[in-house]
Amino acid sequence: MLDLLWLVPTIPLIGSLILIFTQGKLPEVPAGIVGAGSIGLAFVVALLAGIDFLQSDLPVFSQTLWTWMSVGNFNAGFTLYLDGVSLVMMFIITGIGFLIHVYATGYMHDDPGFARFFSYMNLFVSAMLILVLGDNLLLLFMGWEGVGLCSYLLIGFWYTDSYNGYCARKAFVVTRVGDASMALGLFLLFQNVGTLNIQEAMQIAQGQWPAGGSNIATAITLLLLGGAVGKSAQLPLQTWLPDAMAGPTPISALIHAATMVTAGVYLIARTHVLYLLAPEVQYLVGVIGAITLLMAGFTALVQSDIKKVLAFSTMSQIGYMFLALGVGAWSSAIFHLMTHAFFKALLFLTAGSIILGMHHEQNIFKMGGLRKDLPWSHALFLIGTLGLVAFPGFSGFFSKEEILATAMSNHEGGYILYLAGLAGAVMTYLYSFRLYFLVFYGKKTHDGHEVMGLNLQGPLVLLAVLSVVGGFIAIPVHEVFPEVEEHHPSILAQAVMILLPMLGAVVAWWVFIKGGIDTDNLTASGIGKALHRFWFTQWGMDWLYDKVIVAPYVGLARLNRNDFIDSIYNGTARLALVLHGLVSDTQTGQLRWYALTMISGVLLLVSIGVLL
Amino acid sequence: MPTVMMQEIPMEHGLLLAAVLFALGLIGVLTRRNMVFVLMSLEIMLNAAALAFVVAGARWGQTDGQIMFLMIISLAAAEVAVGLGLVLQMFHRFKTLDLDVLGKMKG
Repeated sequence: MLDLLWLVPTIPLIGSLILIFTQGKLPEVPAGIVGAGSIGLAFVVALLAGIDFLQSDLPVFSQTLWTWMSVGNFNAGFTLYLDGVSLVMMFIITGIGFLIHVYATGYMHDDPGFARFFSYMNLFVSAMLILVLGDNLLLLFMGWEGVGLCSYLLIGFWYTDSYNGYCARKAFVVTRVGDASMALGLFLLFQNVGTLNIQEAMQIAQGQWPAGGSNIATAITLLLLGGAVGKSAQLPLQTWLPDAMAGPTPISALIHAATMVTAGVYLIARTHVLYLLAPEVQYLVGVIGAITLLMAGFTALVQSDIKKVLAFSTMSQIGYMFLALGVGAWSSAIFHLMTHAFFKALLFLTAGSIILGMHHEQNIFKMGGLRKDLPWSHALFLIGTLGLVAFPGFSGFFSKEEILATAMSNHEGGYILYLAGLAGAVMTYLYSFRLYFLVFYGKKTHDGHEVMGLNLQGPLVLLAVLSVVGGFIAIPVHEVFPEVEEHHPSILAQAVMILLPMLGAVVAWWVFIKGGIDTDNLTASGIGKALHRFWFTQWGMDWLYDKVIVAPYVGLARLNRNDFIDSIYNGTARLALVLHGLVSDTQTGQLRWYALTMISGVLLLVSIGVLL
Repeated sequence: MPTVMMQEIPMEHGLLLAAVLFALGLIGVLTRRNMVFVLMSLEIMLNAAALAFVVAGARWGQTDGQIMFLMIISLAAAEVAVGLGLVLQMFHRFKTLDLDVLGKMKG
């Protein structure tokens, strides 16, 4: 069954091709069957291959399909590589992907672009699978760009609204900055170790580079980190993720919560040997994660769009994964990636149901008191929220505690990261329960009605189950990553870690249910207003980039409207025209002038001949 | 057989005559407006060139000069035939032989 591994990325690709070549003319039911069915089939194959792999006791399994390119001493095969990490990623992508596809058949019902939607979605899943299964960094990069393309296409899916197109372009361009950095990192890596095969490169690097850190290791890991922060929406390339919410909600769940945005985490975990050889950069990864998780937490606290709250919380949770990578808790990062995929997909899809139930209203201040109108969404959203805030027993709890425990016992500056993570956990409770209370409690202003359907609630219930029990799944990654000693924080520390963040929920309850503080008053004037604005605009990052990068660039473009390179070509043409005019003036039609010039010419030549 | 000594005409004189004739013809071509006169001036220029050939042939005792003369004469005859034909056509079409008026070949 392991030999069928190649089918896993191929089936979604075929599904996508079918939907593309029928040019979106396929009616909804067959398009849905092809779209969701192909992912389901891929999941079944992945499951069979995965079970076979786990039973076979092989540490890794690789399958070379063909030699992709072979130039000089560079060799890249189209080779799929399966180990514990890619196995987990493959299950997440196909499994969660399948549930989201099924949900999307309900969510996108009656959309004129139904088949187009699924063709992009299938293409995305295929590219994402290539990303995680590729055995060399070039193949990984191809998947990386593929998912970027699909992300662009799907954010701008409702293209008739030009704002969506703007968001799609923004996401594409900002991640492109990271991708360029990553490409440079790959070039540099190839130049230094002579191969892009991940395992070989890591082995050679381990043998060649000094252990304490070297310039070359720092440079390469920094450049790769640039790619990772671009894709994973971390500081300083995080500005695109909130805008990416312009896409349909299943997209936000699949691409911008569960899979694609975690690709950066996967990349760093995959090349962890390089990061171990550059300890400063590895610490920087943790710092970036810590800052991002706090910043995004504060921003999430003041958002008014339900999807944007979730977007910032995604950013914040990926910050936790980066923090985990920074302190060397590789497997915890992947573990959190998985549990996050469960509860965040659940939250996004439930948010989608709420949006459907509220007739496409996304402003949480226009919701409120919806727990009676939307009982299903209420229950599911609560489960997702408890997963997100890492409530004991829920999936997020296990992964987040692991991360915080490792950070706390990490000697190299990990304690600061731990404190940031703990503060972030309080923030998580605060913004999550603010969202929950604002939507489901308080005064009811608008009526909602639950949109029911097996393809809507079915996947949600499964995701809810995963969000609850996902923490008990043991991921088989211990052979991939270096051994990390088990940390058992003292009971007191554990109690602090569990109970302190709950303060956030209490505060949220006190403010938004009890009405302890009038938030309108608080943000109406003075420092409260300024702070609200500052957080609301992502700490002014968008504004900053606009002023520092976009505005000068637009200014330059305007200055050079008539491309100055063009003036060289235009100048040549103009010169030819002038010369043409000069010569054409001699064509007077006056025969005697012709004769005169002829004679003068002859005289001139003869006299030159005589004189010389 | 009268023994009249053939007085050698100096080559310079011959060439000078040819040059004067050529210049006259050229001035005629450049200044005349009537096409018939231009053709006549051209004829003079051709004859000047032919004369130069004859003079040079006499100077070196070669027959080539006279052969060239004959060739130029026949060429001139052909040229006149074509030229006069053109003149007739021009006059027929434009009712004038003024070259300035006929200057429609302007590019």
